[in-house]
Amino acid sequence: MSKGHTVDRIVASIARRRARETRLKWAGFMAVAVTLALLALLLGSIVALGWRAFQQTYLALDVYFDPQVIAPDGRLDEESLRQADYESLVRQALRELFPQVEGRTQQRMLYRLVSSGGADYLSHMVLADPRLIGTRQRVWLPASSDVDMFAKGQTGAQRAASLQPWIDHLLAQGRIEKRFNKTFFTAGDSREPELAGILGALSGSFYTIGLTLLLSFPLGVAAAVYLEEFAPKKNFWVDLIEVNINNLAAVPSIVFGLLGLAVFLNAFALPRSTPLVGALVLTLMTLPTIIITSRVSLQAVPPWIREAALGVGASKMQMVLHHVLPLALPGMLTGAIIGTARALGETAPLLMIGMVAFIVDIPRGLLDPATVLPVQIYLWADSAERGFVERAAAAILVLLVFMLLMNALAIFLRRHFERRW
Amino acid sequence: MSISTLIWILLGLSSLAYYLGLKRALAISGGQVRHLHSLPSYYGYYTALWCGLPALAFLILWTLLEERIIILAVGASLPEELQNLPSERLELVFNQVRTALSSANASEDPVICAAADRYRALQAISNRCLAVVALMAAGLGAMWARRRIRPDLPARNLVEKTLETLLAASSALAILTTVGILLSVLFESIRFFELVPATEFLFGLNWSPQLAIRPDQVGASGAFGFIPLLVGTLLTSAVAMAVAAPIGLLSAIYLAEFAHPQVRAVAKPLLEILAGVPTVVYGFFAALVVAPFLRQAGEVLGLTIASESALGAGLVMGIMIVPFVSSISEDVIHAVPQSLRDGAYALGATRAEAITQVVIPAALPGIVGGMLLAISRAIGETMIVVMAAGLTAKLTINPLDSVTTITVQIVTLLIGDQEFDSPKTLAAFALGLVLFVLTLGLNVIALYVVRKYRESYE
Amino acid sequence: MPNPPSTPAELSLPATQAVLESAARDRLDQLPAAIGDYTVPEPRLTCRGVNVFYGEKQAIFNVNLDIGQREVIALIGPSGCGKSTFLRCLNRMNDTIEGCRVEGEIKLDGVDIYHDGLDPVILRARVGMVFQKPNPFPKSIYDNVAYGPRIHGLARNRTELDEIVEDSLRKAGLWEEVKDRLDQPGTGLSGGQQQRLCIARAIAVNPEVLLMDEPCSALDPIATATIEQLIDELRTQYSIVIVTHNMQQAARVSQRTAYFHLGRLIEIGPTAKIFTNPRHPLTEDYITGRFG
Repeated sequence: MSKGHTVDRIVASIARRRARETRLKWAGFMAVAVTLALLALLLGSIVALGWRAFQQTYLALDVYFDPQVIAPDGRLDEESLRQADYESLVRQALRELFPQVEGRTQQRMLYRLVSSGGADYLSHMVLADPRLIGTRQRVWLPASSDVDMFAKGQTGAQRAASLQPWIDHLLAQGRIEKRFNKTFFTAGDSREPELAGILGALSGSFYTIGLTLLLSFPLGVAAAVYLEEFAPKKNFWVDLIEVNINNLAAVPSIVFGLLGLAVFLNAFALPRSTPLVGALVLTLMTLPTIIITSRVSLQAVPPWIREAALGVGASKMQMVLHHVLPLALPGMLTGAIIGTARALGETAPLLMIGMVAFIVDIPRGLLDPATVLPVQIYLWADSAERGFVERAAAAILVLLVFMLLMNALAIFLRRHFERRW
Repeated sequence: MSISTLIWILLGLSSLAYYLGLKRALAISGGQVRHLHSLPSYYGYYTALWCGLPALAFLILWTLLEERIIILAVGASLPEELQNLPSERLELVFNQVRTALSSANASEDPVICAAADRYRALQAISNRCLAVVALMAAGLGAMWARRRIRPDLPARNLVEKTLETLLAASSALAILTTVGILLSVLFESIRFFELVPATEFLFGLNWSPQLAIRPDQVGASGAFGFIPLLVGTLLTSAVAMAVAAPIGLLSAIYLAEFAHPQVRAVAKPLLEILAGVPTVVYGFFAALVVAPFLRQAGEVLGLTIASESALGAGLVMGIMIVPFVSSISEDVIHAVPQSLRDGAYALGATRAEAITQVVIPAALPGIVGGMLLAISRAIGETMIVVMAAGLTAKLTINPLDSVTTITVQIVTLLIGDQEFDSPKTLAAFALGLVLFVLTLGLNVIALYVVRKYRESYE
Repeated sequence: MPNPPSTPAELSLPATQAVLESAARDRLDQLPAAIGDYTVPEPRLTCRGVNVFYGEKQAIFNVNLDIGQREVIALIGPSGCGKSTFLRCLNRMNDTIEGCRVEGEIKLDGVDIYHDGLDPVILRARVGMVFQKPNPFPKSIYDNVAYGPRIHGLARNRTELDEIVEDSLRKAGLWEEVKDRLDQPGTGLSGGQQQRLCIARAIAVNPEVLLMDEPCSALDPIATATIEQLIDELRTQYSIVIVTHNMQQAARVSQRTAYFHLGRLIEIGPTAKIFTNPRHPLTEDYITGRFG
């Protein structure tokens, strides 16, 4: 085979080969592009579904604070004021607004314009200022979820369609307004979408994740320090621990939920649905990851630091505590924060230990029944009502913001404190 | 006294003990610190450890066992006929007692009321005992340690040895967790297999646990054949891998070999965002965006696509796994030595030829390992399928159909009020055992393959 | 016994090497071109005014060199002198390195290899390369050798491919050792065999020039001797450029030798002349083992 012959053959095939190369490159580019487009679609659809939940429709009613209803027996102490039938004040105001509506069924439909939380609102007003009794006030009350959906242009709600003439009437009178949904950030869960908020889930998450970080960081660092600095090499138990850590990092999270159920709830009879148990489960779950990242941080500390410390007569423990650990700590903390940020989004294991209950009260401690933000999202997303779906999407946005903040904090710590050798 | 107060007091006592130990050491040395074996502060730490550790250990143990012991004592004081109830019924009684504890739910039944009163009394006693014993332990520990302080006491070595033991204990927690997982799923599974034969579970083609809740007929009916769940799980995972494997691998190839550094600097963090999105968010996306879209698309094409199809759940799971596959593959591709690429280029290979014929074959074991890990993830993934896959078990391999998975069934069986010994609840643990074994097997193989691969290039 | 260092040539203490290098650098700046005749009649490769940069840093300074047909030319010099960099310019392997830029003119049979129209794939098929560390692909021995012919489509059928493989392995002197285990992985061979396999792999595409980047530095003396003998045989068909650290090796295998120092070509000439009668003091220092 002559040399010229070889080159001719190569030249003949080169266009085809180059085309194949271009195809591979484009396929790779498309794979990345498709993935990123899906990410955009994911986030975009959640924003599109959720942004409306940050607004809530309010109705203006002219409420007459009828003394006959609020204090029929003339007693004005707090207890009797609290017990009064504010619901009928709302109904009265609605009937006055639409005098043409007659018949029980029709009227019941009419009452559905205003949220069942409207009465509470009036109650708060009266308790704050009893002088309102006997006066007529224009009050902005939260609209029911049906009206809210309709006002936000969400079609499909069958029930809202029948309310339409009334809503149009209210709109014409300027009695409908969309306002910032404060309830969403200040209330716990509720059966009514318009009264439901994320504060309960948020504080549940706060207690759970706070305790998780508090438990998993020291434990993870201790384990990593032992394995990296003290553990004998080629020891059966140490090898077993290493294998275990690597495998636990890949065990499905739901299995940790089963562990929590069987061990913490059934064997130790710790209280169900509490941040305490949730945190214990999440700690066991995040620990392997934190140990692995902490070990990487320890490995990044150059050996001459250790030699220098030992060389001046420090004990091994002194070498670790005085020199190695302070240098590795920022990296370890970064890893721990990223690990707990992941735990913040964890749902499945918490379902197993009963953090999925319907809880209205806002938890105030580690032993109060609580739910967490991702579980709240799951509960709302599973609900048939459009108003809850919207709130689930909004809660996702809040969750993502918190995760983003935690990651940003981790990156900040890394940028500021991590040393490169 | 509440537990947290007790812990704070113990911490306070330990600091006091530190101070005492320090003083004592200084006094003994007579101002000549050099005569001491260790620095004076180590004598302080030594005393503090003796003060805090035993008391703390006792406190943890007591808290974990308290409830069990009290329930036993309450049980013993119950009337005869209640005591002779079968264990699962007795457990119900105890649950009534527990709810009766809070004043809001005071029970009508005088027996339960009495039991609740007894429970409260015992708890009060237990609390007081705990406080007294823990504080005594702390005091005695500190005093004993202080008395042992001599100039030749190797305080530093003792303190360091204790610390090292604590460190080792922390890392042993990993073993404890695995053992805990194994025991918890194993015990309940064994009880399950006493009610339902293992062969029926492993080879049964019918799964309908709902039928089993008939109080008088525990375990007599209800079908617990797990094959439909396994098939459903494998089906959704297969759909997921069909999405994730090619997209992830191609992304990795592009990012590792073709992408301009600036493109890589943007694309990689974005992919990591995808990996950090919580699974519940993917579940939401699958249930409320992808599934309706698929159903409509199916109508246009004349296909019936179930609204909880394996396809929808699998697709979204695939998206979730893409960054996982691509980051593992990229690591593996980077681990292929540059010399092999150079060898191929020096022969006149194009980039594509070098990648597909040299780099990828060389990286294959690592890529296979990564894929196995991804499959294990897909099998264990819970929230996406809970929210987007079906609840009823159907033995089918049609991805357009609705299927259910192992994880979905675990969740549905365990959510809500459960009697603890019904086969329904126990079945969840049997499924958990299967899931654990399945994923563990995949992980062990995958980690082994990847390690071997890495070693071959080190 | 007083022995004051009067010239750099008399310095031999390692501690003074830095001083010596900096002095050498000073003098190099005043040297416009290499000593000796860098041209040959009927050259295969001609390099004129070659400069190589890694980002801002210049690694090769204005090198002029011809490579003749059927000769072995050795590039020698202390480590970091740029001889490997220069070698990698000749088949554009530097393209794969981020931020590497080549200026000047390198012609293969009169065609500029850095000309836009020339595909590096074709260039590399004509200018093969063997690396410092044997780098067989993790495939069978047969597939290793067949890889190049396959991607370039040099064999029409299996028989032709078999012929190419056998021929290449014979030329590389490996055939007798591996003919019974062609399907076994190339990574299972000994270091010297692996390197000969890499040479077989390179000549299977029938190149015109073979670049060898310290091909024996990872091998034991016996394997080295085999490779050196092989190089001598291959000279009858290929132009060979070999970078080496080992001056004895350069003396043994090459006809011409080029001495590089700090990115500059210092001296070029027939090997015998360079080793017996170097004209430049730096060359002399290096050859007599004063530094390097």
